[in-house]
Amino acid sequence: MSAFEVAAGNGDPNGARRNRELRARRFATEHATGGLLSKRIVVGYGFWIFLLSDIIMFSAFFATYAVLVGATAGGPNGHDLFDLRNVAIETACLLLSSFTCGLASIGARMHRGSWFYGAMAATCILGAAFLFIEVHEFAGMVARGAGPTRSAFLSAFFTLVGCHGLHVTAGLLWLLTMMAQVLAKGYRPDILRRVLCFSLFWHTLDIIWVALFSVVYLMGAG
Amino acid sequence: MSQSEPENFAYDADIAPGDERFDGYDDDEVVGTYLVGLGLATLLTVVSFFIAGTTLVWSPSIPVALVVLAVAQMGVHLVFFLKITTGPDNVNNVMALAFGVLIVLLLLAGSLWIMANLNHNMMPMDQMMQMQR
Repeated sequence: MSAFEVAAGNGDPNGARRNRELRARRFATEHATGGLLSKRIVVGYGFWIFLLSDIIMFSAFFATYAVLVGATAGGPNGHDLFDLRNVAIETACLLLSSFTCGLASIGARMHRGSWFYGAMAATCILGAAFLFIEVHEFAGMVARGAGPTRSAFLSAFFTLVGCHGLHVTAGLLWLLTMMAQVLAKGYRPDILRRVLCFSLFWHTLDIIWVALFSVVYLMGAG
Repeated sequence: MSQSEPENFAYDADIAPGDERFDGYDDDEVVGTYLVGLGLATLLTVVSFFIAGTTLVWSPSIPVALVVLAVAQMGVHLVFFLKITTGPDNVNNVMALAFGVLIVLLLLAGSLWIMANLNHNMMPMDQMMQMQR
């Protein structure tokens, strides 16, 4: 016979009260420990909400672009301007960088430096290559007289694609910051939460690029 | 807080987006997920680029095919890279995503609808300029 059953025995007012107290305490502790979510979940969820709001902002730029895509004001359209070979290389860079970013997040969780630093460096190089090609493309368009002031179509194009490019730039700065922080502070839980947020950010940039190359480049050049 | 936090990510409750439930030290399976995602995404991208330049299919169907392929690839990224699943630990993430998708669809469809309507009903620009003189 366990102590619990003894306490719950009939005709023992003291035991019944102790039993109630025991249950109340167990309920209270369950709420205090089991009910509270881990900080990693709360942070990840909050950052997920931010990313969704970022996607909503991009959808406004996409809507603007779709409305203005025909408003070329006699200037060049997508068919004249877009070079799909460049876009294919950019897409490959970003997709591979999303994969290496995933490897880096595994490396961070495993506390494995060679994985983390190697994959982060690969992500950085691929992201920088993407950015280089994009800036090169923009500079070429502006040099041909097809800058953002030429037509409403080009204003919308540079706003939409340029906004994604700015996100990639910010992501690269964040990436280098995360490498430095892991190097300086180690795999602390708060640093790992930042690495989680960074990898979510980078994967989301790739999702936006999927919409970009499909809607802007492939539909525009076809 | 930092001391008491669990080192492995086996939680009873919810799970953060981008995290996967795993026992801590079996990383092969986790890498496999990313590899599958990379393979599927590459396949869909290659098909997209092929479809865009081909003359094999009826040309008005190309934009529709591109949209379908893009949505499929976004789904692949969500599942294999961002680790959004249909499991009970992911309900919050999925609900937030569903709300985001709702707003995106309203914004895109609403903008295109309203602007097409305005464009249809408005007088052409050259006539309007002549009336202002």
